[in-house]
Amino acid sequence: MARTSDRRIEHLLRRASFGARPDELEYYGEMTVPQAVNALLNYDNIIDDIDSFVGKPGYVNVTLRGQFLPQSNIIDARQRWLFRMLHSDRPLQEKMTLFWHNHFATGYAKIAGTLGAAEATRYLAAKASQDPGRVHGQIEMLRDNALGNFRDILVKIAKDTAMLVWLDGRTNTRAMPQENFAREIMELFTMGVGTFTEEDVYAGARVFTGWNLTRPGAATDGTQHYEFVYNPGQHETAPKTFSFPIYADGRRTIPGRSAADGMQDGLDLIDALAASPNTARYLAAKLYRFFVSEVGPVNPAFVERIGSVYLRSRYDMKAVMREVLLSPEFWAESAYFTRYSWPVEFVVRAMKDIGWVGFSVNDALNPLANMGMILYEPPDVAGWDAGRAWFSTGAMLARMNFASTLAFNQRFNLGTTLRLANAMRTPDTMLFHMTSGLRTAPLDTGVAAEWAAYLQATGPWTGSATQVQAKAAGLAHLMAGSPEYQMV
Amino acid sequence: MKVTRRHFLEGGIAAFTVTFAAPEFFYDVARAQGAHVRNLVVLYLGGGNDALSMLVPYNDPFYRVRRPTLAVAAGQVLQIGTDSSRVTLGLHPRLTGLKQIFDQGRLAFIQRTGYENQSRSHFLGTDIWSTADPNNPQGLGWVGRYLDSLPSPVDPLGGWNTTGTLPRVLQGRTAVPSIQNAAGYSFSSPNTGVEAAAERETALRIASHVPVDRPELAFVYASSRAAMATLDRVASVATYRPSLTYPNTGFGQALQAVAGAMARSIGTRVFYVTTGGFDTHSGQNVNGVGGAYYNLMATLNDGVFAFYNDLRSQGLLEDTLVLSFSEFGRRISENGSQGTDHGSASVMMAIGGRVNGGFYGTAPNLNLDPGNPTLENKAADVRYETDFRSVYAQVLDSWLGTDSVRLLGGNFRRTGLAFV
Repeated sequence: MARTSDRRIEHLLRRASFGARPDELEYYGEMTVPQAVNALLNYDNIIDDIDSFVGKPGYVNVTLRGQFLPQSNIIDARQRWLFRMLHSDRPLQEKMTLFWHNHFATGYAKIAGTLGAAEATRYLAAKASQDPGRVHGQIEMLRDNALGNFRDILVKIAKDTAMLVWLDGRTNTRAMPQENFAREIMELFTMGVGTFTEEDVYAGARVFTGWNLTRPGAATDGTQHYEFVYNPGQHETAPKTFSFPIYADGRRTIPGRSAADGMQDGLDLIDALAASPNTARYLAAKLYRFFVSEVGPVNPAFVERIGSVYLRSRYDMKAVMREVLLSPEFWAESAYFTRYSWPVEFVVRAMKDIGWVGFSVNDALNPLANMGMILYEPPDVAGWDAGRAWFSTGAMLARMNFASTLAFNQRFNLGTTLRLANAMRTPDTMLFHMTSGLRTAPLDTGVAAEWAAYLQATGPWTGSATQVQAKAAGLAHLMAGSPEYQMV
Repeated sequence: MKVTRRHFLEGGIAAFTVTFAAPEFFYDVARAQGAHVRNLVVLYLGGGNDALSMLVPYNDPFYRVRRPTLAVAAGQVLQIGTDSSRVTLGLHPRLTGLKQIFDQGRLAFIQRTGYENQSRSHFLGTDIWSTADPNNPQGLGWVGRYLDSLPSPVDPLGGWNTTGTLPRVLQGRTAVPSIQNAAGYSFSSPNTGVEAAAERETALRIASHVPVDRPELAFVYASSRAAMATLDRVASVATYRPSLTYPNTGFGQALQAVAGAMARSIGTRVFYVTTGGFDTHSGQNVNGVGGAYYNLMATLNDGVFAFYNDLRSQGLLEDTLVLSFSEFGRRISENGSQGTDHGSASVMMAIGGRVNGGFYGTAPNLNLDPGNPTLENKAADVRYETDFRSVYAQVLDSWLGTDSVRLLGGNFRRTGLAFV
């Protein structure tokens, strides 16, 4: 808990990670800012074996319902992801995976309604290495490509089984084109609303006709699964004309092609969408809101600069994110604590700050739902409504109550830590110790005094184990439930 | 003050709920004196409701031609009469409760509501319907602006959103609480007794702060303050016992909470409820029992009908107006996935004890002729006839008793819309 550290590293880890565990603070704290940014970006150098520590001592618990089955049980998949957010040594990979989950927002319930609960979990969360049919779920794909090439991510998402069910691409056929995916890939995944016409949606639907599903494998050994197939018999071969350029020379029409070659239509459109300056600006603005600031308008200079890095690098998200994390906007003093933490950011950061040993991530799932965020279940394809929208009164109360639940669970650990640090001598030493562990936006006038008064509100200070536990838990509750702690 | 201990046995953790005795509210006094109350329940059908499957022009020859698999058979619809353009209309067969409400003269359909150049985007469309401002759809909601216009001091429980995140329609300068579950709306503490009380008192005092020159933080403080200020009144709703059993759907339970809030007279005037899943691009299955759209109608019908009957038993029906909207109607011709894509104008519903039931506006003619004046987009979509803001204007002026011109930024009043 108590720690002194470079506040720039703390800022970096609030944004590029989910706050910082004590060991992360130590590890990154020995680096300069550019070194730390490099370490965060080059996570391929760090072994990714964190999932094998689920259930091990020293880590947060998961709650078992029989076997732990994150491949087929969505609750376990949620537990595993929270476990990763807390413990992964590749925090930026997890943060970007969350960014993409919100960007390509795909909801479990519809897929479960179509294919069943276990299959829906599989297409969202299974790892190929553990699946008999080598199914690699959507979030695993996004994690693999968290800092990958945006154009490649678009191609993969267009072929993603969960997406083909979620936006009905599986039923997109020549006789009756299906507009759902075509609309959202333009409106939400790339260029943004207002940059295309209704006619473009109709043309886009025809472009992706035949991008359907097939079901290879045997039912007997678990290898049977759905996967993408290009079905030439269902492809509309006539030319498709758009209101925006498709090719570098400015041509707006995807030419008529034979059905056998027709899959190229979709790739041509994806290339055009990836190369659109509208996409560059749309992504840059979204990254600004997620990493830099939610206060005031999106900085236009940032958008132009990041957008141009995106285009110049040919959609390389690692190059883009390097620029974001080293940008003057990111490092401006005025950008500190200007984001409204997302519920999972709040929950994971609270565990990193207050403690996790003996706590189960399962006990964060209902509170998260009350805060408005269920992993693998965004409200719709536009993702979560972030920023102030997270802070309805009910959701704020859910945050305060989660802080209470966690503080109650960690009261012994908190007491022990305070005793080891010899910080329970006076209310002041205790307050100092705990405020250095739970970083907040600058406190409003008088808040620190209220906390100090709380420590002495119910009787004289004795420093007994009982008193320290009660006050440490009560104070952790008040601190993590404070408005200032919600800003990151 | 009372402290109750709640166990969360599953996780082996415990937390404690701290409550204070519920204070007296002036609403009770006002109510005892017979003051008339007007509640508004805004009902959002999320995803773009296929109005043609809900209110069916079943004798239009093009209806069956354009919807070979989705059309409801004439023999199946619940016949409810003919509109002023002599189109015979029927309700979806699962809407038996709504038919009873209609027959009692307490359900109005406002047909072909929409606006010029209607957005076919879920998100932009919802924003436009929520703000009532196609030119500034990122602004405050029309109901939020109404709450802002009420005289001070502002009641933090003037509005109640039954969903997890605040919808734009309720966004205003006044923070509206989001309360999905009244029973879970309580202040927990890791301690008990005097320790817990000290914590709650500290939290209450801190929440009363209004940070200066830090609007982003002040906003979170406002939520915190509103939560603390509404805890006890909401707790009283959790003990509400309705006169009948509501369906065990999120929608049904939300409506039960709304009825509870009304019955307990906690002062809330505006409620927001939603039922989603209307984005029926594929497998819409209008007719099959248990089919996707059939289920949507079941959820809608059973929730609304329980609410209607409960309010009637509680003597609250006369105090209540339910107004439904959806971001758009759907394409007239079905697609190849036995579904329908995004369309344009739709149907709004008004339900309540003081509603003048019946049909307002006229049904579309589904003839494929590109010149068909009731359609647009080469006769693919229904064209609007009544601007949706005229419906809002009627609610604002005639139900909420305010000035629609001021709140909508223009005069959208129209004759022939006296549904309330």
